[in-house]
Amino acid sequence: MLAALTDSVAESRRRRAGRRGLVVGLLLALLAATFLLTLLLGQSFTPPQDILRTLLGEDVPGVAFTVGQLRLPRALLAILAGLSFGLGGVAFQIMLRNPLASPDIIGISWGASAAAVIAIVVFGLKGPAVSVLAVVAGLGVALLVYALSFRNGVAGTRLILVGIGVSAMLESVIAYILSTAPAWTLQEALRWLTGSVNGAQLGAMLPLLAALAVFGGLLLGHGRDLEALRLGDDTAAALGVRVGRTRVLVIAAAVGMIASATAICGPIAFVAFLSGPIAARIVGNNGSLPVPAALVGAALVLVGDYCGQFLLPSRYPVGVVTGALGAPYLIFLIVRVNRSGGSL
Amino acid sequence: MMSHTLTASALSAGYGERLVLDRLDFAVPPSRITVIVGANACGKSTLLRTMSRLLPASRGHVLLDGKSIHAMPSRELARTLGLLPQSPIAPEGITVADLVSRGRHPHHGVFSRWTRADDEAVAAALAATRTDTLSERPVDELSGGQRQRVWIAMALAQQTDVLLLDEPTTFLDINHQIEVLDLLTDLNQTRGTTIVMVLHDLNLAARYADHLVAMANGRLHVAGPPDAVLTEETVREVFGLDSRIITDPTSGRPVMLPIGRHRMLSDDAIESEAAP
Repeated sequence: MLAALTDSVAESRRRRAGRRGLVVGLLLALLAATFLLTLLLGQSFTPPQDILRTLLGEDVPGVAFTVGQLRLPRALLAILAGLSFGLGGVAFQIMLRNPLASPDIIGISWGASAAAVIAIVVFGLKGPAVSVLAVVAGLGVALLVYALSFRNGVAGTRLILVGIGVSAMLESVIAYILSTAPAWTLQEALRWLTGSVNGAQLGAMLPLLAALAVFGGLLLGHGRDLEALRLGDDTAAALGVRVGRTRVLVIAAAVGMIASATAICGPIAFVAFLSGPIAARIVGNNGSLPVPAALVGAALVLVGDYCGQFLLPSRYPVGVVTGALGAPYLIFLIVRVNRSGGSL
Repeated sequence: MMSHTLTASALSAGYGERLVLDRLDFAVPPSRITVIVGANACGKSTLLRTMSRLLPASRGHVLLDGKSIHAMPSRELARTLGLLPQSPIAPEGITVADLVSRGRHPHHGVFSRWTRADDEAVAAALAATRTDTLSERPVDELSGGQRQRVWIAMALAQQTDVLLLDEPTTFLDINHQIEVLDLLTDLNQTRGTTIVMVLHDLNLAARYADHLVAMANGRLHVAGPPDAVLTEETVREVFGLDSRIITDPTSGRPVMLPIGRHRMLSDDAIESEAAP
């Protein structure tokens, strides 16, 4: 009797794991297919064998530049940034048990973006120094929002409202700095307001890759504890999770990833916010979300950038495309949360 | 099943500056059912939260088998001492079997794999709470009584020898309250699990407790067997309420009947009713 029940428990657990594995596999396949498409087909079509030869180090006339200098770095940056935004965003949403608690809504991306703009425009800095400043500013904003919303503990709603206010202030700081830099093109200005992967360079991605490896590893290593936090802080603590320590680690890792990506591509609008809920929709209740959400984030940025470049009547940075997707969802979510309380 | 000792000595705890527990001493009888009662804000929940390390002690100690729980690794503690908090949250759409399996958390590290023993623990918890027929249903579609049984199943899957429950019967209909308390009694009798719970209903507390504890102002007011604790005097001191205590003909346990200001018979009628 109990053996039969044990078998059925095991069976349903394996079925859930299988479904989640299938979703992750499909997302990986989608990402790989889109990646190949962006390498093959831009303004012109490049035959696959030319791409292969270029990647192996041969100098194929014309292809070395369009693929090696333009398409490949751009696609890789889109994937790295998307993974960072998706993973960082879903970590916040799970930890605070609210889809509105994503780092781009509560001001952390804007803090990193403002720091990057000031570092580049005012102080003329470049490369890793900009990334480090952006991470520090992102952590600073996270602390500020946390401190401002602290009253007998932090309530999710208060934190979100304070975060929205801080975001608005930081956006105006960015707008002000950009207005004092008349030499900047519209494209560059848009990078810091909506995010863009224009002008990607392989070398500039190393800090982002390092941040993703370190912070992403840290986050996934604490994936089980993060998952337990979904049952409420008290229940998680009763299950042996050190809630305070887990929370600090998750915040530091998520901010580190989000800010590193923002320092290079700007706050690509709503990717952090959208990835988790989309992943939740397709994974259903078949397992943990961080990995699927990271893959969804990468797909969003890659596909969004491709649409912005080639499928729309004129060229838009990726943030404009993801922004157009995210804004209606934000409205939908606020209406729904108002009705029911809602969770991820 | 090991018998564990759980004691608090000179325990003070609270929120910020405000101390809710005031140098409290408390020994939980092993393998028994202990029920804590008391007026609102007397520190019942705070006591459970401090005894399970959800809240730090500002002074004094909580000792599990003689060791301070605040010095124990949290996973090790969670394998011996379980707690069902007042309002746990079920993630949207999670199924019963999935939620119950979350109880296995403290038995796993980062790299350990799920084993047959884990599935058996989950199956046993589902069977014991009679939630096995619900195992594929989403938790948010269940009734209040079913949902509470599922949460208890999760705590059972944790396989702790000591289980603390903070008002496990709140918001339940009376039939579901009895069902939950019977289930906990089964657990205590078949496995010897030490149970400590906070209950609001004095009569249910006296009915199900081996050891009844009445708290007032952050201290234990009186503790002992229900018929020694649930007296007219205790009810007056702890709740500020006049009452009469009679004996439940079914269980032989004391039953408290509150005396309010209205709907009273004349004194003669009360006297003649009380006379056998």
